[in-house]
Amino acid sequence: METKVLNTNNLPFCKGCGHHLIAQNTAKAIESLGLNILDVVFVTDIGCHGIIDKVLNTHTVHGLHGRSVALAAGISMGLTSNKKVIVFIGDGGATIGLQHIMEAARLNVNVTVIVHNNFLYGMTGGQLSGLTPKGFNTVITPNGSPYNEHDICSLTYTAGANYVSRVIGIGDFSETIKEALQTPGFSLIEVMEICPSYGVKYNPKRKLQEIVEAANKPVKTWKNNRQPFEFPQRSVLSNLFDKTPVIEKLDLPKVLNKQIQVVLSGSAGEGVQLAATILCKAAVKHGYNITQKGTYPVTVGVGFSNAEVNISPKEIHYHGLSDPEYLIVTSIDGYDYSKKLISSLKENAVLMLDKSLSIPETKAKVMHVDFRSKGAKNAQLAALFCFAATTNIILPETLEGILAEMNMLEKFPLNEIKTELEILKN
Amino acid sequence: MTTTKEVILDDSRVIMEALAQAGADTYIGYPITPSNAMYLYASMRFKYMLPAPDEISTLQYMSGLSAAGHLPVTATSFPGFALMIESINMAYMMELPMIIILTQRLGPATGTATAGAQGDIALLRGMISGGHPIPVLCPASIEDCWYLSKEAVQMAIELRTPVIILSSKERATTNRNFDISKLAPITPVSRKYYEGTEPYLPYKYNEASLVPDFLPVSNTKHQVRLTASTHDQKGIIQHTSEEAMQNTIRLEKKIIKYVEQKHFYTLINANNETESLIVSYGVSANAAEEAQLLLKEKGIIVDLLIVKTLLPIATEINDIIRRYKKITFAEDNYNGQYARIVFGDKLPDHVKFVGAIGKMLSPKTIIEGGIF
Repeated sequence: METKVLNTNNLPFCKGCGHHLIAQNTAKAIESLGLNILDVVFVTDIGCHGIIDKVLNTHTVHGLHGRSVALAAGISMGLTSNKKVIVFIGDGGATIGLQHIMEAARLNVNVTVIVHNNFLYGMTGGQLSGLTPKGFNTVITPNGSPYNEHDICSLTYTAGANYVSRVIGIGDFSETIKEALQTPGFSLIEVMEICPSYGVKYNPKRKLQEIVEAANKPVKTWKNNRQPFEFPQRSVLSNLFDKTPVIEKLDLPKVLNKQIQVVLSGSAGEGVQLAATILCKAAVKHGYNITQKGTYPVTVGVGFSNAEVNISPKEIHYHGLSDPEYLIVTSIDGYDYSKKLISSLKENAVLMLDKSLSIPETKAKVMHVDFRSKGAKNAQLAALFCFAATTNIILPETLEGILAEMNMLEKFPLNEIKTELEILKN
Repeated sequence: MTTTKEVILDDSRVIMEALAQAGADTYIGYPITPSNAMYLYASMRFKYMLPAPDEISTLQYMSGLSAAGHLPVTATSFPGFALMIESINMAYMMELPMIIILTQRLGPATGTATAGAQGDIALLRGMISGGHPIPVLCPASIEDCWYLSKEAVQMAIELRTPVIILSSKERATTNRNFDISKLAPITPVSRKYYEGTEPYLPYKYNEASLVPDFLPVSNTKHQVRLTASTHDQKGIIQHTSEEAMQNTIRLEKKIIKYVEQKHFYTLINANNETESLIVSYGVSANAAEEAQLLLKEKGIIVDLLIVKTLLPIATEINDIIRRYKKITFAEDNYNGQYARIVFGDKLPDHVKFVGAIGKMLSPKTIIEGGIF
């Protein structure tokens, strides 16, 4: 069984690059903990640091630029907590994936991130990143970067990570890495280094220690003591169909011999969608097929509410609106929303309009009824009873039965509405 | 006497239940209209469910969980899907099983969240850099939602690939009655892991399927390497070596090989009585079904091909289409995206496209605009 993290001492980095030390120190930390090499998953980002996969004996995952921390978070969520998930990322990846680092810290996933901060994008020619200290020279800012930089340690600590540390990438910092690996939850170590190819080239007189101090980035450790991530224990349904009640069919002859459309239009909060649901249940009880579609503004508590229902003795294919036979309008919001539809209704259509609304220009037959008399919230249901009583497509008794099933009869002024309907019929 | 179980439900619920029964155990996502119902159903049904802060995180979390042995699902619409594209490419390259449900809505960009469309077909065809096909399954009925979702899980596991289930607002969020006793319980798709004693080569493929054996990163017997960079069979980065190029090409070959042997469609065929065909998919196929019936009432016989394994297009589908002398494509978009994948940018004279933007394509429009 393999016990070494690295399969060679010959690492693929430029001479003098701090990435050597990070790899060696991380290997030392892992080996000192006596971890099973295959209990360790390295997730590497894109950049010079990320070419290390082939010299690792652990599991290796090499994904997209900046996304390694999110990928690692997903991996760790699927593993038991004894596994170690380690991310190697640069200051470039940490800038792109800043949000992923913050989110990983917020959730406190069991991941250790090691940021190879050499203050520039090494792989693409030395451009500045979001962690490049103001004043540092790069290929595109040879007279010093004019931009402010992030303090990744401060951000990650505030986001809630259990362990955050900044070290200078010189000598042996394996103890810091070891401590991070032993801390449950999210840990991040920012290793400060200078790129021998581009960093030194453009900042020849500066020493690493001085750069770090001038940038006001203290070398220290910060800790939180929060619960590490676990998928919450949740009780879930064993079947989503448990929530769709079976509709008992009545053995009654069908009145319709072709498909019809009923549109219900009113105000948000006045039970339009509920009425459509009840209409559909009733239609199914009577042996019909239905489709039901609701339309309302995103602000669900205000404005219009509209529902389109198809009822058919045959299979319904196309469910879109096409010359509805019935349009029920119970409020001014519904009226305004349905203006165009009202004017295009055909002669065989019926417009069931609340008495409070003025009769518009329309070819349809108009039933002008006081649906709102028993309260705005009952207007649509009152209209349904009217629909049932005048068409016999569904029966008022069926509606009554459904309201009873749904425990709605208590609050619904059924008898008064029935009385009014009798008057209407006569 | 059989006991019927008539209920009222929408496609979203059926898809989620089928996926859960087939073995999908994890849902990660960000809510987006018109996929919000799927997110809610998932939270009610999936044991592992996590709200993600955005769609890039969603697909990255899913990839990580897939690498660890889960079978994750998400549902989105174009604005979220666009963010997922690079990560889906990553999962495709790493060969990680997962399901992405795309519920189409009117674009471009934010467009209209509550208006349906079938406007992302061209995008799906080209979404993997290199033009390599990714499986897209498109239900046009409740039954389709049931068995195609199982098939999606089957493909994801067997082919080690992300699979897209394609829907649209009008089907996903419309309630309809259905006898669920017709939906036979789904047996979970079984998964096989590498069991050899030889060192495990993560991208060494089986000759018959062209798919490498899977091992989760939770295993402690063999080293696993996953990479989104061009790679050889060991999973080591390569520039453009012959082995690496063969590996990249294999990513599409394994999918095409499967689809050639197993793909889904319905051909409503009047038994060689006609030279006219309507081709459709998803919600516009429902309009086409009605158009076909209305035309029949007028004495005009047309056949109807409803494609359900939408992409890649199986040879059989191309062959069926080309048997006809008059072909009408019916789609809920403005520019005949599927028609143009099949026939190219300039449709030949015997091929017509009828479409709609901002509303459902109606049977009437198909009848008035098609060639029969």
